[in-house]
Amino acid sequence: MTLIPLGIPRRLLEFTIDGEPVRAPEGSTILDACRSVGKDVPTLCQGDTLTPKNACRVCVVEVEGARTLVPACSRKAEAGMQVQTDTERARHSRKIVLELLASSVDLSTTPEVAGWLKEYEAKPDRFGPDAARLNEEPKVDNDLYVRDYDKCILCYKCVDACGDQWQNTFAISVVGRGFDARIAVEHDAPLTDSACVYCGNCIEVCPTGALSFKSEFDMRAAGTWDEPAQTETTTVCAYCGVGCNLTLHVQDNEIVKVTSPHDNPVTHGNLCIKGRFGYQHVQNRD
Amino acid sequence: MDLRFGDSKPTDEERAAIDTLLGPPESSWEGADRSDADLRWARGGREARERRDLLLPGLHAVNDRIGWISEGALDYLCRRLTVPPAEAYGVATFYAMFSVKPRPATVLHVCTDLACAAAGASELCAGVEARLGLGSGVSVERSPCLGLCERAPAALAVKAGDPVRTAVSAPATVERAVLAASSPDSAPEEPPAALAVPQAGRAGHEELVLLSRVGVVDPASLDDYRAHGGYTALRQAFAIGPAGVIREVTDAGLVGRGGAAFPTGRKWQATASQPDHPHYLVCNADESEPGTFKDRVVMEGDPYSLVESMTIAGYAVGAHKGYLYLRGEYPRALERMEHAIGQARARGLLGDDVLGQGYAFDIEIRRGAGAYICGEETALFNSIEGYRGEPRSKPPFPVEKGLFGKPTAENNVETLVNVLPILTMGAQAYAAIGTGKSTGPKLFCVSGSVDRPGIYELPFGATLGELLDLAGVRKRLRAVLLGGAAGGFVRPDELDIPLTFEGTREAGTTLGSGVVLAFDDTVPLPRLLLRIAEFFRDESCGQCVPCRVGTVRQEEALHRIVDRTGAAAASDIALLREVGRAMKDASICGLGQTAWNAVESAIDRLGAYE
Repeated sequence: MTLIPLGIPRRLLEFTIDGEPVRAPEGSTILDACRSVGKDVPTLCQGDTLTPKNACRVCVVEVEGARTLVPACSRKAEAGMQVQTDTERARHSRKIVLELLASSVDLSTTPEVAGWLKEYEAKPDRFGPDAARLNEEPKVDNDLYVRDYDKCILCYKCVDACGDQWQNTFAISVVGRGFDARIAVEHDAPLTDSACVYCGNCIEVCPTGALSFKSEFDMRAAGTWDEPAQTETTTVCAYCGVGCNLTLHVQDNEIVKVTSPHDNPVTHGNLCIKGRFGYQHVQNRD
Repeated sequence: MDLRFGDSKPTDEERAAIDTLLGPPESSWEGADRSDADLRWARGGREARERRDLLLPGLHAVNDRIGWISEGALDYLCRRLTVPPAEAYGVATFYAMFSVKPRPATVLHVCTDLACAAAGASELCAGVEARLGLGSGVSVERSPCLGLCERAPAALAVKAGDPVRTAVSAPATVERAVLAASSPDSAPEEPPAALAVPQAGRAGHEELVLLSRVGVVDPASLDDYRAHGGYTALRQAFAIGPAGVIREVTDAGLVGRGGAAFPTGRKWQATASQPDHPHYLVCNADESEPGTFKDRVVMEGDPYSLVESMTIAGYAVGAHKGYLYLRGEYPRALERMEHAIGQARARGLLGDDVLGQGYAFDIEIRRGAGAYICGEETALFNSIEGYRGEPRSKPPFPVEKGLFGKPTAENNVETLVNVLPILTMGAQAYAAIGTGKSTGPKLFCVSGSVDRPGIYELPFGATLGELLDLAGVRKRLRAVLLGGAAGGFVRPDELDIPLTFEGTREAGTTLGSGVVLAFDDTVPLPRLLLRIAEFFRDESCGQCVPCRVGTVRQEEALHRIVDRTGAAAASDIALLREVGRAMKDASICGLGQTAWNAVESAIDRLGAYE
């Protein structure tokens, strides 16, 4: 028998989004409420399995009475709140945030961002050809995954996933300050000299493809990465008795990367090195 | 916590510096050599982790002794405190005063900020750099405002060792700055703090409320402080009880002097009424706004007044522990406050039983390490707790979840010392000073193009012109910057602006922390704005995108138009407006939200690029 935990019944809060009355359970965020009524607010640093960091500010909305815009991903809904998701003011900030990111970071592998740039009429080029960029080279220092920090928007998700929110390995941190801040291990050492246990849970949460499987990185470099041609099969990891779910991404009958469903009530998308990277034996055909 | 540490070992010197702070390690689990007993049990974890807040003092200990923080030293400190090395590295690289790369033992910080830039900091810098090149044993670093604006241009030498030695050279010449850096011990003594208070010793000095003791009492002597009315306010506080203190402060209309002007009584009431315990009091003495130096002068000239007012505030909000977060660049204020707290403790004015009233309160000093953002209240909490000094998102507000996640009242130095006259004079008499909405006296930091720069105390409501006359403003005034880099410029024909929170707001500008920086027409405005933009770019913590990238784009645009005007600058000004608006609307904290203020006011009010 499967028991579904229902939790304590939560009070419903009544407030308005874009003038329409909505009801959301106490404790839910503005973003939760927006999504429950089918309104889309763009998000980058928000993760379904992580505490909101509200660092990217692309999800800002206008709340009546607030001096500044508020991040929808982390601000809890309150009774009587009047939320406006699509005002000129909110759209302006989203547009600028997208422009600032696109002019400094390589967003080529960030899902959905191309659509948002178009929707908000963002023109990242207007900061001129000399606008400072991150200018980072991909760090390829192990056989399992690649850290391409030229694509990093500093959303803190990998740090949180590696730290006390999931993995408790604490291999990485934000280092430096301001525009020079980067994700790094201690003393900027290679990953192989760090506390990393190669669980790949950072790759699972990375929203931009800055962290990727070495297999994906190599195939992209070779021009053979073909996402539409891939199939995804969710199965059960055979290594130990926990029974984590694995989603195998297969292209041309080869496993090219492994993810895990975020809605799994036990693992929430997290795996260990064996489930994440230990699939080569499947492909040994001799 | 299963942590992985590297193989690098600390030198004996580094180990000694850390052990002096933390005591010798008890087992290999804390970094000592491994013995047979260590293999039988593991201990230390939770206990050591609870000392995470000693990470910043530990980094200071190493940096003070050696001058930089090596891999071995950082690893050893991490073992002692059970902190992941990656996190500690993230913290060490956050602060400007630390280096994780080898550097000479002596660092000369040369201020290149607004007041100093107007007083010839760039020539000073160039001269000093020419004299102290490679091999001189001194590393010259261009620094944001050192809080010595009344004696601009300024330089601060820090020579690592046991103990660390510091020397301030202000006003600095190349000669004097080089001397301070090469032999800090023989550099001439700093002038007394009272020299920064032009009103001291002049007619009307007795009428000063906040500065009455600066230059009058011996800052080292507790007896002298008591002979000049010290500790009457604390006695009064004990007489009326915590609720009585909060009522008086509320009735007096005291609002925060750090810039946000939040009602202090309301903050204290909200903290005091929180059911969660313990409560904390934090005094924000991380005075880093360019052009601000009032807190330094108060702490150097009248340190016991801050000890007394922190005790009163702690009593009011039900805290038994107060933290004084002091700017890392204020060596003399640190020394005076350490001495004053020690004296007060020895005399029973701090400790388990303050004044025999059964109330326990003590103060711990925490030094900042060169980060403007740590003046933001929640960033300051993170800094004390041993994390990167990044602001937290609010709500929850500090009165509910502040330092160590507990209810916390955080106040600026100037706000706290205002509590003394409120209790000695009574709320009504205090509220009679100033205007109806801005009550009490206010300290102003006047520097730049004036004959008598320094701290001025005036009742709220005096006009900008009156203040500038008092300070002897020089001819050919071009602009006045109110509130520092996060404030705004006003024109010379706007000197009738009343210096109150409501008056400056009405005039479309801000009082901020009380900075009044006067510039004559010899100072090129575009260069000044570029410097402000550089400041924000350097000091942005990097957490949110609008501020992290926006401050860079702002600086780039100002760089492009530094020699342009009119139509040639128009497109970049339009760009600046758009980026500035997003920074103001969408940044997490006040740094990003105000990073465009001064530039905007210079464009709109001064016509900087017309």
